Amino acid sequence: MSAAISATPNKIARRPFVVDLLARRNGALLVCGLGSPTWDAFAAGDSPEYLYSWGGMGLAVPTALGVALAQPARRVVCITGDGEMLMGIGSLGVVADQAPANLGILVLDNESFGETGRQRGLTSGRADLAAVARGFGIARTLTVTGQGAVAELAELLFETPGPVLAVAKIALTEDPWALPEKDGAAIAQRFRAALGVS
Amino acid sequence: MAAASADWSSDVFREMKARGIATVCTVPDGGLTRLLKMVEADGGMRLVTLSTEPEGIGVATGTWLGGGRALVAMQSSGVGNCINALGLPTALRAPCLMLVTMRGQWGEFNPWQVPMGQAVRPALEAVGVKCFLVDKAGEVGETFAAAADLAFHGRLGAAVLVSQRIIGAKGFGQQ
Repeated sequence: MSAAISATPNKIARRPFVVDLLARRNGALLVCGLGSPTWDAFAAGDSPEYLYSWGGMGLAVPTALGVALAQPARRVVCITGDGEMLMGIGSLGVVADQAPANLGILVLDNESFGETGRQRGLTSGRADLAAVARGFGIARTLTVTGQGAVAELAELLFETPGPVLAVAKIALTEDPWALPEKDGAAIAQRFRAALGVS
Repeated sequence: MAAASADWSSDVFREMKARGIATVCTVPDGGLTRLLKMVEADGGMRLVTLSTEPEGIGVATGTWLGGGRALVAMQSSGVGNCINALGLPTALRAPCLMLVTMRGQWGEFNPWQVPMGQAVRPALEAVGVKCFLVDKAGEVGETFAAAADLAFHGRLGAAVLVSQRIIGAKGFGQQ
């Protein structure tokens, strides 16, 4: 399906949506993009299997790919935002080329640079990230626009052989701050310990 | 450490194998051709071809988080693309090992390569990456080994800069 300019505001409320989604992660490791996806994951319930991010925009998918290739027996899901995904968009080509069966990617797409003042983002216009992913060779994609799509989304992200990519069109919301540990060494050490590689 | 051979790529490959560095992330360069072919031909190693070099910093960091070891190999022009990305391994106290084949540095024909080539070392050092410049083919292997050990044992960024004096300047058929 080709991209269309949104006629109606996005409906999905990100915080309860991510709570519902992560309740179904079934042991998957989570690699978060910087900013709101990190706050969402932390707000949904902290876990040592979550790798939080406070920077390195554009590197969420490459980092998740590295984890997925190093841990082929574990499901790895990257959860990031539309601006972060666009900054590292070529990494979808790398993911398609490496074709890790254990990697899922979710873009929480609010069509805005939410962290910096809600400036308009490129996906508010004609850019369709699921179509871009298919163009790079990620065959299985899904775009969801309603809160009720969590079961279908969870099945794709956590169960379907990867690589897979989903876009969730989320609302611009005002959510309470939920800030996890920001010492990267502590975050990395905890994540590696959870994997038994420390 | 084994004696250096005439072919620095073989020396680097041997030091990688000795250290369990089984993933190479790259935007290729002419000077890396032999090494990349060896990696691709080795059933126990993985070549990750990138669209832009900072992706390699992410993949290498993720590899380490997952218990493995990776090398990011690139031409000097790619270093500039990586500067903000290098904050990721630094913040996580993760190792980051880079192999950079230099352009714009020794007998360069293409002036477009010069600004970044000349800026590689100060730019990397500005973001905390330790630089090991090597300009003799016979010393690349041992230099790579030293940088790799610093990176993985010290959880630091370390870059081996292979001089254009070793690689040779590309002449584009001009003299």
